[in-house]
Amino acid sequence: MTNSVVKEPSMLLQKDMISGHYSKLARAEETGNTVAYTFVPGNLTELMLAFDMLPVHPEINALQNGMRKLSGEYIAEAERAGHSEDVCTYVKCDIGMSLKGNVGPTGEKMPPPNLLLLSYTGCFTFMKWFELLRERYDCATTMLHVPYQAEGHITKDARDYVVKQLREVTIPALEKASGKRYDEDRLKEFLARSAKAEDDLVWVLESAKHTPSPIDAYFGGVYYIGPLFTAFRGTEAAVEYYRALRKEVQSRIENGEGPLTPEGQMRDQRFRLVVEGPPNWTHFREFWKMFYDEGAVVVASSYTKVGGLYDRGFRHDPDRPLESLAEYCLGCYTNLNLPSRVDLLVDYVNDYHADGFLVNSVKSCDSFSSGQLVMLREIEKRTGLPGAFIETDLVDPRYFSAANVKNRLESYFQMLSQKRATANAS
Amino acid sequence: MESRLTPPTAIGALIARCEELIADLDLGNVRAWRAAHPGRVVIGYLPIYAPRELVHAAGGLPVGIVGAGEELEIVRGDACFQSYICHLPRSVIELGLSGKLDSLDGMIFPSTCDVIRNLSGIWSLSFPKKWVRYLDLPQNFDASMGGVFYRGILEGMLRELCELSGVDPKHADLRGAIRAFNANRRALRELYALRAAEPWRAPTSEVYVLVRAGLLLPVEEHTTMVERYLGLAKAREARPLDNARVALRGAFCEQPPIELVKTLERAGCYVVDDDFLPMLRWPERDVDESGDPLDALVAAWLDTPLEAPSRYTRCNAEKGQVLIDTVRSTRAEGVIFAAPSFCDPALLDRPMLLGALDRAKIVHTSFKYAENTGQMQPIREQAGTFADSIKLWGEA
Repeated sequence: MTNSVVKEPSMLLQKDMISGHYSKLARAEETGNTVAYTFVPGNLTELMLAFDMLPVHPEINALQNGMRKLSGEYIAEAERAGHSEDVCTYVKCDIGMSLKGNVGPTGEKMPPPNLLLLSYTGCFTFMKWFELLRERYDCATTMLHVPYQAEGHITKDARDYVVKQLREVTIPALEKASGKRYDEDRLKEFLARSAKAEDDLVWVLESAKHTPSPIDAYFGGVYYIGPLFTAFRGTEAAVEYYRALRKEVQSRIENGEGPLTPEGQMRDQRFRLVVEGPPNWTHFREFWKMFYDEGAVVVASSYTKVGGLYDRGFRHDPDRPLESLAEYCLGCYTNLNLPSRVDLLVDYVNDYHADGFLVNSVKSCDSFSSGQLVMLREIEKRTGLPGAFIETDLVDPRYFSAANVKNRLESYFQMLSQKRATANAS
Repeated sequence: MESRLTPPTAIGALIARCEELIADLDLGNVRAWRAAHPGRVVIGYLPIYAPRELVHAAGGLPVGIVGAGEELEIVRGDACFQSYICHLPRSVIELGLSGKLDSLDGMIFPSTCDVIRNLSGIWSLSFPKKWVRYLDLPQNFDASMGGVFYRGILEGMLRELCELSGVDPKHADLRGAIRAFNANRRALRELYALRAAEPWRAPTSEVYVLVRAGLLLPVEEHTTMVERYLGLAKAREARPLDNARVALRGAFCEQPPIELVKTLERAGCYVVDDDFLPMLRWPERDVDESGDPLDALVAAWLDTPLEAPSRYTRCNAEKGQVLIDTVRSTRAEGVIFAAPSFCDPALLDRPMLLGALDRAKIVHTSFKYAENTGQMQPIREQAGTFADSIKLWGEA
């Protein structure tokens, strides 16, 4: 693996946005900004921005710490403090970081929260996580209960329930924490900008329908979703980022080019894959390399939908601000029931002309992982394509066995090659 | 240190009957009930709470499903779950795919955790013709928000259950069902009170199986059984041992093998309180029998001071408070935190509960189990050491 990493211009732009955000957080106390900790799925970024609150996403800190090789020590710290080896490593990484002084991934100190905004969407662990953080910070906490899409669609009752909570619980809590009044017109402005950026993200994700695919919708995809899924949705910076990204991808399509990997342009695309599950962050580049070395490009993934299923038509809507936020919370990927997740992935396999389907099952995340073996078999049955299953973790380096993962992937790619050869021969 | 109980034949027979019910993974008594009540529905429900009154009101039999314990070999279940998922869903799937749950017309999966939530989807995919409902218990406890949402769910479920069983919803006797389950929960509260007061008369190895039989029996029959036990236990000749009085927490969903409970007793513990099977004991008060019955069920969930890892705790001061109050009211001398391996709710809760116990100067010990744990010696040693330390260095 080369030491000098090749990056897309949009990646550099995003890097600046992220480091700028961490710097703002580090200076929050002196600038008088208030801070809300919240989670990525179903996040209410536009609403927080409407109160000039700075969002902190503990999962993003954890994954950034994972990529910077800091997570192992933080997890060990949390386990020494009594947290079980069995539970989510995002939680332990975050708790460990806090126990060791709450220095963020960029080396700057993170501010304590003025508010824990618990948007309880698609993950049970979120609830426990913020109970644990509330003990540490002893700060105000507000809970937004987002019901599960058990029936495969958003019901009116569920939407009404979330809207009423937004109006009567969440907004008053934000007003109190920020010291500012709710201004719906301001919220609408943020939502309008969100929708613009969302259009461009969808265009980028769907560009993978081209052959060759100009993007990798998993390893590259996690960069593409970054601004929209975190602190920047609703900002002009996000609109500009996605405009630039779209131009970049458009140029690759025109030139018949594949995605940029850390080692340069990917030229030979032998396999088009759909991937279910989050990536491993502690060995992200090594993991990605196992794919591009074999000519495998990911054309669609479920992980890039945890912060919203924009490609299925959802847009934040300034004309229905709270209803639209409620539908956003309810519609995130991990809030879908298993049959809906299967339907979506089958559609991806078909719509993106995939050769195969892969599950990266992470130990930490029951919300994602529980049921994936059944999903795999169901998708194989419905698409007639073979699937593969590998196991890693989010940010616990102890659960990434490079040799095992590589071995499985290579075997899988060999099988796909043989199937193709057999099909061509007949 | 064996309990020196006079072995009254009647109690022995009653407990043996409970053990037989629990051990019958083919649900023979449920099949018999079904045969005796043609056209009526049998609905399974998983931990940790479902309003069984709805099934009863629709003329059906609610049947609690908590896994398969240690007896069933898991093959198909293991093919559905990775090694880091708890044991309960694999045994539930094994029971389902091996036909042992064929007597059930449907299943209710409460919002206990992500694993049970996703199990509802696996069930839908595996049994597309069966009625399956995910029960999204509100985490907002305001009647105008969580209450309205929850009432809508209950109305829908009652309507569907009536359709399944061919009962006109107007004739569904929900108030009668509430009365029946109130009577049952009152009997169970009395049972727990007796055990807390005189655990030598009602040891947990008996209480546990007696309560657990309630998963499988019609509620009226179970109430009669518990009341009978109460009468016999109060009258039995037994004398206290110098055991440590402990409360047990963490076992609210996947159940330990019965042998584990017996092991704790053999190790010198009187378990004077536990969180086994909340699905049978919640709410720990009577549901209102006079007003609108659906509103009463809604209020029972919203207003009762329940503490469980699956339920949101609204402020730091509340965390562990019910446990501390229980320790004090039952005069427990320590807490054993026994949670299933890979149980996210229990294990994420554990540091907070242990912290609350530390602040209240209540001693505790922790271990993990699975429903098929077979090796009891380490648990016996740990529990025995804990009990000895309480007796040697405790304040009492």
